[in-house]
Amino acid sequence: MKSLICILLATVVLSANPAMAGEAVVVGSKIFTEGYILGEIAAQAIETSTSTPVNRKLGMGSTGILFQSVSSGAIDVYADYTGTLAEAIIKRPDLKSQEEIQRALAPMGLTISRSLGFNNTYALAVKKPFAARYGLHSISDLGRVGTFRAAFSYEFMDRKDGFRGLVDRYHLNLDAARISRMEHSLTYQAIDDGAVDVIDVYSTDAKIDKLNLQVLKDDLSFFPSYEAVWVARLPFVEKHPTEWRALLKLQGTIDERFMRAMNAQADIQKVSFSAIAAQFLGAKASRSETLWGQILIRTREHLWLVAMSLLFSIVVGIPLGIAAVRFKVAGQGILIFSAIVQTIPSLALLCFLIPLFGVGMRPALAALCLYSLLPVVVNTFTGIRGINPRHLENARAFGLSRRQVLLRIVLPLASPMLLAGIKNATIISIGTATLAALVGAGGYGAPIVSGLSLNDVPTILTGAIPAALMALCAYGLFELLGMVIIPAGLRRRLVA
Amino acid sequence: MLQYQHLYKSFDNKAVLTDIDFIVPKGRTHALIGSSGSGKTTLLRLTLGSIPFDKGWVKIDDQALLSFTQAEWADRIGYMPQDGGLFPHLTGAQNVSLVAGLRKWPKPKINERIEELRRLVGLDAALLKQFPHELSGGQQQRVAIMRAAMLDPAVLLLDEPMGALDPLIRRNLQQELKSIFHRLGKTVLLVTHDVGEAAFLADCITLLHEGRIVQTGSYRELLERPSEPFVTQFINAQRVAPDTAPA
Repeated sequence: MKSLICILLATVVLSANPAMAGEAVVVGSKIFTEGYILGEIAAQAIETSTSTPVNRKLGMGSTGILFQSVSSGAIDVYADYTGTLAEAIIKRPDLKSQEEIQRALAPMGLTISRSLGFNNTYALAVKKPFAARYGLHSISDLGRVGTFRAAFSYEFMDRKDGFRGLVDRYHLNLDAARISRMEHSLTYQAIDDGAVDVIDVYSTDAKIDKLNLQVLKDDLSFFPSYEAVWVARLPFVEKHPTEWRALLKLQGTIDERFMRAMNAQADIQKVSFSAIAAQFLGAKASRSETLWGQILIRTREHLWLVAMSLLFSIVVGIPLGIAAVRFKVAGQGILIFSAIVQTIPSLALLCFLIPLFGVGMRPALAALCLYSLLPVVVNTFTGIRGINPRHLENARAFGLSRRQVLLRIVLPLASPMLLAGIKNATIISIGTATLAALVGAGGYGAPIVSGLSLNDVPTILTGAIPAALMALCAYGLFELLGMVIIPAGLRRRLVA
Repeated sequence: MLQYQHLYKSFDNKAVLTDIDFIVPKGRTHALIGSSGSGKTTLLRLTLGSIPFDKGWVKIDDQALLSFTQAEWADRIGYMPQDGGLFPHLTGAQNVSLVAGLRKWPKPKINERIEELRRLVGLDAALLKQFPHELSGGQQQRVAIMRAAMLDPAVLLLDEPMGALDPLIRRNLQQELKSIFHRLGKTVLLVTHDVGEAAFLADCITLLHEGRIVQTGSYRELLERPSEPFVTQFINAQRVAPDTAPA
């Protein structure tokens, strides 16, 4: 009993302290959609390129909490914005360049990456009918409105580069009593219900379009630049150079349009953060390449997925099919199992596999392997069952061992069915592998998935067309292979 | 010499073979006849070692079946299945050399033996490169005999050698088969339901009925000194069919 308690305790302690549990990397995030997505992207980028376990502490709070956590070592890395760092952390709004910010952070034991590729600055937004009524285009125009109701997030209200600075710069006539301070996500609800007229937004907010809001131009260039960067502890960077490099690879890969689309997926389409991150990492792999370069890289990823699952279906499926013939009861079990696997929708199967295999290539491969199993098992089974039993008895009477009967008689005679099964498995694999992008495995699915979320048909086609061509090539290849593998005596018979 | 001594076999406590006891002397041809269900197919499968028997002995040259492995025994019996039983995915030559190849015979030895047998059965060399479905029934038959004789076994075992053939071809082939047996000089056991064929090809006939031997003897003996009325009945029943009358 005592030892059981000890084990339990040890488990709790170890899981509570990631530093002891095999040097896990702790990724934190702020408590809004974009923070979650970037946190998840960081976590998956590390998971897919290294074997280091990642401890996710997403949605911890706002800048202050995150800064404290990263300074104290409770988390190793999180995503923040240059403007926020200069204003709220270093307290020197005059620092503009990323180099200056990095230099100022170094004494605190912190460092930052270059921009991830987008600037998520503060902005003010009003409903479009409201803008039309008062002819609003820029923040200066708000001066004409007289009194208006506003809802601002706590952080915006408290920051120098937020509400206070804004009021000073634009000489806005804002009645403090009419300003509601609320949780950022609730301000959208407030403006949508007509409870307020103006809210603060981030320029990558998904809801801007959804709620038919108009962003007012920052005509006096008040808001500082808010380039998204990774903020990391220096000890983490020194101790985990590979993991840090995996994060640095993401520099310059996310543009505003893409970030807004990802935010929309989370906020509006309610796609999970992990799925969005996985899809991004899958699609990202080749963003910097030319079109042909991208297609080449995706072809390689796709081919690898298909080839590996095919190898599995041959190495495992054929013996299973043979076993199904030999052992009657177990055989039925094998056939039923592989049929059941086939009925699980691919998305659901991927979901089941994520807890077991994490994200990236592994769950995708596992799903593809399972899917390609059925055609091979069933065709092996029916191919062998279709052989005239007299041939088998004769072969034994000629003194062939069981193994020789299998290799010299059974498999060659079943080869047309076997090959047809493998061909089916391959073509199913090529199609299903496009879904692997959903869990970050890349391949032709990456442009298809991201194209679908951006409603961008040409991008979809850069994945869909090569996938169709690959299926056609596979078909042709198997026809040729049939000429080599299927014994000539059986081939001519099929033609006749 | 092929020898059966007091052989018994039953399936599910039902006797299918009872006290089978006869000898095929070296170099002689022996026919096993009987109607379907007489037990002749079971006896054939026992002889091949495909199924076990309950008691008794099967011996080739005084060596018992049970003292050999399946492969060792198979090498002593050249088996020609019903209709030839050629494997459809192998050419004639591949069918003939399949087992020799597995026994690691050197290539020249295989080719030499194939050539020897090809001349013996009188088959055109080009036909050996063909697949079974490209050959006529008679040609398939010859390839099957070559395959049975390939390892130079002590005994040839033929199951309904003329079974599926056209009656006209059959007559010609019977003649040839007889001379092939003669040239090979093997101990031959052929299983058939056809009295005429048995009479024409074999020196001695064993008539099986309901799992036991009714009579063993030459055709003439069966005809003239039947051991019981069933023998005459069996022979007469088949004499009616004109195409199977003994030559």
